Amino acid sequence: MSDSPLAQSLGDLITETRVFRDEVTLITTRERVVEVLTRLRDGEHFEVLTDLTAVDFHPAEPRFALVYLLTSLQRNMRVRIKCFLNGSERAAPTVSGVFASANWLEREVYDLFGIHFEGHPDLRRIVLPNDYVGHPLLKEVPVQVEEVSFTFNRRRIEAGKIFAGE
Amino acid sequence: MGIEQKLGDMGVVTTTLEKAVGWARSNAIWPMLFGLACCAIEMMSTQASRYDLSRFGMELMRASPRQSDLMIVAGRVSRKMAPVLRNLYDQMPEPKWVIAMGDCASCGGVFNNYAVVQGVDEIVPVDVYVAGCPPRPETLIDGILRLQEKIKKEPLKKWQ
Ligand code: SF4
Repeated sequence: MSDSPLAQSLGDLITETRVFRDEVTLITTRERVVEVLTRLRDGEHFEVLTDLTAVDFHPAEPRFALVYLLTSLQRNMRVRIKCFLNGSERAAPTVSGVFASANWLEREVYDLFGIHFEGHPDLRRIVLPNDYVGHPLLKEVPVQVEEVSFTFNRRRIEAGKIFAGE
Repeated sequence: MGIEQKLGDMGVVTTTLEKAVGWARSNAIWPMLFGLACCAIEMMSTQASRYDLSRFGMELMRASPRQSDLMIVAGRVSRKMAPVLRNLYDQMPEPKWVIAMGDCASCGGVFNNYAVVQGVDEIVPVDVYVAGCPPRPETLIDGILRLQEKIKKEPLKKWQ
């Protein structure tokens, strides 16, 4: 564990700190994420939530990592906060109360990964159509949706397209 | 001076109504101003002065589907865009034709994934597929000329 001044000021809220080429990553738990972000915003001048995203490590456990990227314009600094979720829980508290920009970013993570954000004001799909079934960035979803078409399987593939071959 | 003499001087061409209508339709196609992705850039340059689509009777792209009779699907169609595209197609008055411009519109192209429709022939009937990523303006013009050939041969019954 490497020490960083940020981790020291947050104390127990951080379980691990990783520093790689001056990039600081603070690892916390999902219960403490809201408090960590609030403290960083109010006490350390990290006023911008640049991005909020998720990573799927299937089949490893804990399966998901939520990643929060914060920027401080005042101190010209960036920091990355991570928390891990088990495949079975797939839920985390919302941080849209801390950073308003998290509202849409959390909707995107919900849309593509199916992770629920408890207390989110309006958790709907944002990029995919409303009637879409499933969450396509999960590892169990196949990358390709259609077989590559050759002469031997072309007819079968085109059978699914109403207007093909007219 | 009998009429036969006069007609003989002018020359008479006989044709069928079908051919005359097909000829008229094929040389006054109004495409819809509808670009979806990178292919639309090539479509714009096809209309611009260097390649000049108006040489083939397509002076102007109409911004309204109700005034156009050719839809050039220029670019990949995302699943969210698919209902919109179908809606625009339904709003076009008949007779109407569709060109799938580029690999994405024809078969999904490089985007074989959850977000993109694997060829617009899933949602609208396509008359001409133009290959390329993106197709050069010459290729698109070739596709349009082929469509004109097709329109010239079309029976009137098709659009009743
Ligand atoms: S075929 Fe190529 S140029 Fe055209 S929309 Fe697809 S990726 Fe873009």
